[in-house]
Amino acid sequence: MSTALRGSTLLRHGLFFLALALVLLLLTSFVFDAYTNYNVTEVAIYAISAAGLTVLTGINGQVSLGHGALMMIGAYTTSVLLTWHPDLPMILMLLVSIATTGIAGAIVGIAGARLRGPYLAGATLALAVALPQVPSHFASVFGGNQGLTVVSPAPPAFLGANFSPEQWLAWITLAAAVITFFVLANLVRGATGRRFRMVRDNEVAARLAGIDVARTQVLAYMISAACAGLAGSLFAYWVTLTSPSGFTLTLSLSLLTAVVIGGLGSLTGAVLGSFVLVYLPVKTGDLATTLNLPSNIANNVPTAIYGIVLIVAILVFPRGIAGGIASIVRGAGRIVRSSRSPAALPASPESPSQ
Amino acid sequence: MHLFLIYTVDGITNGMVYAAVALALVMIWRATRIINYAQGAMAMFTTYIALIVIRHGAPYWLGFVVALATGLVIGAVTERVLVRPVESRPPLNAVILSLGVLILLEAIAPMLFGGQTQSFPVPVSNTDLLVGGTSLDISPFALFTIGAVLIAMLLLFLVFQRTTLGLRMRAAAFNPEIARILGIRVGRMLTLGWGLAALLGALAGMLAAPSVYLYPSNMDEVLVFGFTGAIIGGLESPVGAVAGAVGVGLALSYVSGYVGSDLAPLGGFAILIVVLMLRPQGLFSFGRQRQV
Amino acid sequence: MRPEISRSRTLAVAAAGGAAALLTAACGSSTPTSTSNTASAPGITATQVTIGSTQPLTGPAAPGYSEIAPAANAYFKYVNAHGGVNGRKINYTYLDDQYNPTSTATQTHKLVLQDQVFAMFQALGTPTHLSVVSYLNSNHVPDLFVASGCNCWNNTSQYPETFGWQPNYTIEGKILGQYIAQNFASKKVGFFLQGPNDEFGTDGFTGVTDALQGKSLNVDATPAYYTPTAAGAMAVGAAIAGLQAQGVQVIVSFSVPLFTAIAEASAAGLNYHAQFVVSNVGSDPPTLAGILTGGALGKKLPAGLIGGTISDTYLPLLTTSANPWVTLFKSIEATYAPSLPWDGNVEYGMSEAFTFVQALKAAGQNPTRASIVAAVESSHWADGPGLTPYAYSSSDHNGFTGVQMVTVDATGNLTTLGPVETTDDTASGAINTFSGAASTPPASGIPSD
Repeated sequence: MSTALRGSTLLRHGLFFLALALVLLLLTSFVFDAYTNYNVTEVAIYAISAAGLTVLTGINGQVSLGHGALMMIGAYTTSVLLTWHPDLPMILMLLVSIATTGIAGAIVGIAGARLRGPYLAGATLALAVALPQVPSHFASVFGGNQGLTVVSPAPPAFLGANFSPEQWLAWITLAAAVITFFVLANLVRGATGRRFRMVRDNEVAARLAGIDVARTQVLAYMISAACAGLAGSLFAYWVTLTSPSGFTLTLSLSLLTAVVIGGLGSLTGAVLGSFVLVYLPVKTGDLATTLNLPSNIANNVPTAIYGIVLIVAILVFPRGIAGGIASIVRGAGRIVRSSRSPAALPASPESPSQ
Repeated sequence: MHLFLIYTVDGITNGMVYAAVALALVMIWRATRIINYAQGAMAMFTTYIALIVIRHGAPYWLGFVVALATGLVIGAVTERVLVRPVESRPPLNAVILSLGVLILLEAIAPMLFGGQTQSFPVPVSNTDLLVGGTSLDISPFALFTIGAVLIAMLLLFLVFQRTTLGLRMRAAAFNPEIARILGIRVGRMLTLGWGLAALLGALAGMLAAPSVYLYPSNMDEVLVFGFTGAIIGGLESPVGAVAGAVGVGLALSYVSGYVGSDLAPLGGFAILIVVLMLRPQGLFSFGRQRQV
Repeated sequence: MRPEISRSRTLAVAAAGGAAALLTAACGSSTPTSTSNTASAPGITATQVTIGSTQPLTGPAAPGYSEIAPAANAYFKYVNAHGGVNGRKINYTYLDDQYNPTSTATQTHKLVLQDQVFAMFQALGTPTHLSVVSYLNSNHVPDLFVASGCNCWNNTSQYPETFGWQPNYTIEGKILGQYIAQNFASKKVGFFLQGPNDEFGTDGFTGVTDALQGKSLNVDATPAYYTPTAAGAMAVGAAIAGLQAQGVQVIVSFSVPLFTAIAEASAAGLNYHAQFVVSNVGSDPPTLAGILTGGALGKKLPAGLIGGTISDTYLPLLTTSANPWVTLFKSIEATYAPSLPWDGNVEYGMSEAFTFVQALKAAGQNPTRASIVAAVESSHWADGPGLTPYAYSSSDHNGFTGVQMVTVDATGNLTTLGPVETTDDTASGAINTFSGAASTPPASGIPSD
């Protein structure tokens, strides 16, 4: 049993994510109130999208400043279909949104595979600004600036009258997040992940090893976009509205900063970064309110602190929260082990070199 | 036909504002291989400072000079304190750092100056000139905008091409190792480069504010359009940046005039994609290896 | 397993309820003046009523509108200082949504789920509030006096909890249209609207075109639109140039103040001297002057920029200081919100707060969400700050039903043009001159029972 467990990544991941799902089920059911469930849903939505971005930027090395635009495609896929056929089941909406956004991601990826560095960054940034103008202009299909209203799914009757819609959406979203992370964790550990990393680390070497670089990059974009599509669809149900105003430049930039702050290239980092993204403003906002600051200051304290956190994190913990925790754990391990083996661990290549 | 003329003048005038931002981005890119996403926010900040100076009864031109000087200082300090530690790190570090500065500045501005949208004064009239009752479709302020950016370009060109300081800055940017061997204080040159770029950004802020109005995120889209112009121009070339930015300005103006104002950003995106698909390094970038 | 979950939840809820009841009892006993007050609804304790709102405190709609909620809050402070309503103080929580419908949605969830407001009050904006109106109604949260003139708030079957307050944009548009037909019959009429597909713009457009129907006016049927964003601000010049090229002489504008200001400045920049006819919500002269002169820049408003603009009002004119409502609100402002300027937004905020206090008083000693909705529907309040009475009934959730035309002079002073007129929002509904007397506020400044 124990050797089977150690041998099969799939099995190990399966058990871990099953346990995680159970913990989340218990938390959302017994511990969280409606507003916490509402916020946790937001964390899970960002985490799904950030996980996709982690695969793209952290593991495959392609930067995207326009992931909000991809989430928008998922959200509009769901909302437009629901406008036409309000009774379509949510699970179908999620799957269709994954598919349409995945296809859109492939198109962006084909264009993006020709671009490097700031050129790719600039193109995705322009996408983030330009794409929301499409639903704004073509109002007959997309509802213009007003957007399209989405009805949040009602919990099934057998869960009882006290079961809130917020709780139900939290269940669904967390389930989607657990499945997404399970799939991505396996993918990242497997051959595909290795190809992604080789392309990131050295394109020429990857090519010599027989890897089709462009195809790998397009695949990474597709997977990343599929995650954004799922997140976008869930976002539509969460906000109960899909309008261009939901997919601002700020969303795209926030996703990238969340990925980096959490720890670039680490799926755990995507979750941690999403927590920071949602809860830092909530907590610092509460703090600003209790301090009774004037409203023009109090309203901006959360954003200012987020900016400071970003700057400090980059200067002090360039590998994000996940990297920071890992190095603390490693450091502790080193102290424990140092009595036995004098050889210190090699310095991490990403650590700051002054 | 008359409308076409109006849209063209609008496009060129806005394009020159984007060009100032594009030039600033190109300067920093050439010096430190970093895109400064906080360029627009820095310009917003210096424009607020100009507004405060003007509100205290000082003439417009004093506000103008203060804004540019503040830009120089903010740019230099940012480079020295924040950017220097990440210059040698993977590029994403600098991206996130400048996004952090952007977010921080846009949060501090409403704390200091209020989050309200405010109008911003012009030094010369922004009513179109009339000759014998016929409109020339261009206002003195539009002429000032175009002229100011052209003069700034010319001055920069002279500094870089005709002075020893310019030569040193170019050497520091082009090959820091060799420059260091030659006794050039590379760090100082980079700091100065960032300062000059932010000064240029501050000029863009002053020129944009009368038409986009002044509020904490008023330069976000100006930055995106300036960046788009810089990329179209190839990031390496100042001339390319200006040409690209004016092209973006014209595209936005025509799309918003003839198709629909809400589709304007899509017009900018469309020409960016067409250019990049034909030339992934932009129009004015010659023979350089692709940057990873 | 599932029944267990729901049973434990019920237990938890019961326990929480019990704790709340104990807490309430404790509070109740500590306030001897209102021993019969109970926590009769979410957001209501024996001593406090918590209401919530979303407001554009920053962003493109903030100039002017950001004063509305602080002004309303100043009125509530006045009421609270005079004993509150049935011994309860009004606690008004308004959150910034930046006029962004997505953040309206998230902020409203916060107000309902975390702050547990008793009711929403004066939530501002058409596109913004439309994003949450279904949510509020399905959760039976009273949605009182939306600060927007969308016809959509009067929909008693779909939105039984939602009430408008100001005359809706179609009513307003019809009366503006009638004035245009009577006074600018020989001119070409065009439109500058928030949109496309924004009910603010389309409802107003409908009203004006209804009134112009059958009249032989030259109308440019394709409106110029603006998007209330930063990129939208840059594109206004092109839109106005388009109207100029079409030879439009009268521009009917349903726009928020910032965009009215940009449109008027753009027209001036093009040497284009069109007659502006602007919806009330976008025409407040102090707000426009503030935007156009950069607040305290100390410069005079460029002559002719807003002078000559035609608009309408449904509240007493700001500048008639002899009006008892104006006197009352100005004195409250001087004490409770001295940093606000005296302008149409402040008058609006205080007037709406007055209506809310009327409703809360009418909802009984221990109001419930149902009782306040019923109170507004059966109100028949005679005295309100509006120029016309409220239209509220169980089948009508519109507020005021008419406006009076006004004109702005070069220094920003308002003058009325003709009588107060009322109508409905149907295409054929006649426009009538209102014959009722102007109301006066109660001596205490607080609605009597």
